[in-house]
Amino acid sequence: MKVKLKVWRQKNAATPGRFETYDTPELNPNMSFLEMLDVVNEDLTTRGLEPIAFDHDCREGICGTCSLVINGKPHGPHRGVATCQTYLRSFRDGDTILVEPFRARPFPVIKDLIVNRKALDRIMQAGGFISVRTGSAPEANSLPVPKEAADLAMDAAACIGCGACVAACKNASAMLFVAAKVSHLGLLPQGQPERYRRVVAMVEQMDREGFGACTVTGSCEAVCPKSISLDFIARMNRDYAVALFKGVGARPGRAAAVPA
Amino acid sequence: MATLQAHIPAGPLAQKWTRHKFESRLVSPANRRKYEVIVVGAGLAGASAAATLGELGYRVKNFVYHDTPRRAHSIAAQGGINAAKNYQNDNDSVYRLFYDTLKGGDFRSREANVYRLAEVSVNIIDQCVAQGVPFAREYGGLLDNRSFGGAQVSRTFYARGQTGQQLLLGAYSALCKEIAAGSVQSFTHSEMLDLVVVDGHARGIIVRNLITGEITRHNADAVVLATGGYGNVFNLSTYARHSNATAIWRAYKRGACFANPCFTQIHPTCIPVSGDYQSKLTLMSESLRNDGRIWVPKRREDCRKDPNSIPEADRDYYLERMYPAYGNLAPRDIASRAAKRVCDEGRGVGESGLGVYLDFSDAIRRVGVDKIRERYGNLFDIYKEITGEDAYRVPMRIYPAVHYTMGGLWVDYNLMSNLPGLFVLGEANFSDHGANRLGASALMQGLADGYFILPATIATYLATVNPTARPSTDHPAFREAEEHVRGLIRRLLSIRGRRTVQSFHKELGKILWEYCGMSRHEAGLKKALQLIPALREEFWQNLNLPGTDSELNQSLEKAGRVADFLELAELMCRDALERRESCGGHFREEFQYPDGEARRDDEHFAHVAAWEYQGPDKPPVRHVEPLVYEEVKMVARSYK
Repeated sequence: MKVKLKVWRQKNAATPGRFETYDTPELNPNMSFLEMLDVVNEDLTTRGLEPIAFDHDCREGICGTCSLVINGKPHGPHRGVATCQTYLRSFRDGDTILVEPFRARPFPVIKDLIVNRKALDRIMQAGGFISVRTGSAPEANSLPVPKEAADLAMDAAACIGCGACVAACKNASAMLFVAAKVSHLGLLPQGQPERYRRVVAMVEQMDREGFGACTVTGSCEAVCPKSISLDFIARMNRDYAVALFKGVGARPGRAAAVPA
Repeated sequence: MATLQAHIPAGPLAQKWTRHKFESRLVSPANRRKYEVIVVGAGLAGASAAATLGELGYRVKNFVYHDTPRRAHSIAAQGGINAAKNYQNDNDSVYRLFYDTLKGGDFRSREANVYRLAEVSVNIIDQCVAQGVPFAREYGGLLDNRSFGGAQVSRTFYARGQTGQQLLLGAYSALCKEIAAGSVQSFTHSEMLDLVVVDGHARGIIVRNLITGEITRHNADAVVLATGGYGNVFNLSTYARHSNATAIWRAYKRGACFANPCFTQIHPTCIPVSGDYQSKLTLMSESLRNDGRIWVPKRREDCRKDPNSIPEADRDYYLERMYPAYGNLAPRDIASRAAKRVCDEGRGVGESGLGVYLDFSDAIRRVGVDKIRERYGNLFDIYKEITGEDAYRVPMRIYPAVHYTMGGLWVDYNLMSNLPGLFVLGEANFSDHGANRLGASALMQGLADGYFILPATIATYLATVNPTARPSTDHPAFREAEEHVRGLIRRLLSIRGRRTVQSFHKELGKILWEYCGMSRHEAGLKKALQLIPALREEFWQNLNLPGTDSELNQSLEKAGRVADFLELAELMCRDALERRESCGGHFREEFQYPDGEARRDDEHFAHVAAWEYQGPDKPPVRHVEPLVYEEVKMVARSYK
């Protein structure tokens, strides 16, 4: 099979981008979407043209590096999978496929299809952890955790930090990402001492980064490669409200500066 | 000439680590903040080391080539992490985990290191639970376990099929905490391209910013490499596409010895190759072998038939037949070789004939489809996405693929290489897995090294260093290293040939898989030793590398890594040629018993082979560190 690609090309953050159209060489329906880009890049390179820059690494849907908006949808046509797990058998011979970067103000384009997602790291640094020093942990089975709580925490912890939720949201909200982390730790007994401080610190950092507000349209959940549930946003909102009611503030001195 | 001093502490095995810690030197809390430590990599080993050193009060700089420290390939480990907790009351112990690991490694690892690993394993679980790692639990709220290859107890802790991800996120969260506290400085999109050695000590690194192309110098009192394994030298592997050997290889070229480079692990349960375009191979967790039964048809003519139509009597459950005691949970090297053997006999399944069945129908009948879905649901989903087949109805097809490298930079008991001040952790070092790693032991080793071992042992070295006399980045050694890196990049960009980087990588991978893969022999290795230098020469004359060095240039990144693979591959073949025995993952066809089992030669090869670089035009020198077993008797490894 062959397809026509309309791909976003952009030299760097300071230069405006544009779409370029490429006819692919012969493809195999069992190829992954990224293997198709590999083949196109080999072809471009051989023809003396610059290959398309795109993010990828593990190619098994867990590292969260790959991105891409394919035909308007972050991570492509299927629910619950990342771009790297999208296969050409989902497309038809002769299709025109639109390929864009994740677009959001807090994710500036680095080059072509690669964007800078460091804002998510800074949210994590604001409070996405349990403050336990190496060596100070108690015996693991001294703290039983109900299976239901552990399973639900795992559902939230499955987030791969790709940022598709932000790219899908009309407000570029990062609520699903933040809620997943807040819920993962907040559901476990180990996470209780910092539960309210954590939610306030992470939400405040999220706002500082310029992510938008959540209006619960659910597009984030629909594109999430790990199908993280919208329920976690409700849970986070509840924790945030309780924190405000309790008058809990973020720890001082934790705010990370947002680069200009 | 390098000297290899393993620095194994004296005393009984079970007391070595405790005693060594007591006898180690300390750096006082007030003095720690004067020391700077560079940690390269943020996988399990790197992130846990950087975070823990930061907590202790050292000033840490952490470098990753990813966009964030949470991406390292530890994240893809599926099945679990071993620990000698004996929560299942199935007669497990530190000693048993130690013995299983040593035996699993075919008696080619250091006894004292392996014992320490087993000892520390219990602390890792405590640490991870305290960080909020959502391990699987039983209804009573306590931690659940499962079994893995090479063990007859259930000691593997897991978080669905995403254990590596959850452990890495735990280590990453600890790292985030320290970055926020200001004790760790995080450099992302930053690739280490050279090690700086001043007066024989590792004192810094040269780094390229992958976004801007800017080259910078960084000095420190010690350099820690936790940069993972080198299995991508084969091109096709279960590694992430960017995993590479550049950091350890360039350290090797600065004088660090490279130990047992031919010890690579071929994992038995991966999804078979489907075409020439393939960019990577996907692992199906070893945990599947708890419930899946591996078989091929007894007769060749049945290989193309619908597997569900082949009656029980016509199936060969070859692992259960050949290794009744361990059955489908035979160790990885043994299971892989057995798969190759039945496929070589013409009994492989699937289009290519390079595949065997992993069948869950018995387990589904036994415990029900829901239970199987709960245990392995995400793995069945991955399988379906890739192959389009439903493994609840038809057996999975699997075949071995390159998965891990036991070899790596040589380190002593303190995890320090022969270059003082250079520490190497996790898969990047060679220390604990001998000639074959058992499943669920890589996560254990990465975290043991990073959380517990390095933070204790690095002080012994740092206590001998005066941080106020740290060489500045203006030192001639830094200038020379930076010039070297710039020269290499210039050279790559000036070739202007016709072949892409990927085409060289693919060709190299084919050579290695053919001659230095699951089985090796003298003639093949000698052939590879001719083919590889020829390919390398063509690379340096005919590489087509687009773009410039002052921007994000993924082809340039890859070219540097493939240039290193083209050299490393040669060393692997050299090492495989010199090791005239079969052990673990290193199977030399000349050295086998009549039944096809590996024939180890303890008289001549019970040692670590550590190679020292001698310059581009001279062959490397092979040093030997004898493996002395004080406690355990070396025996023939049997899983029958």
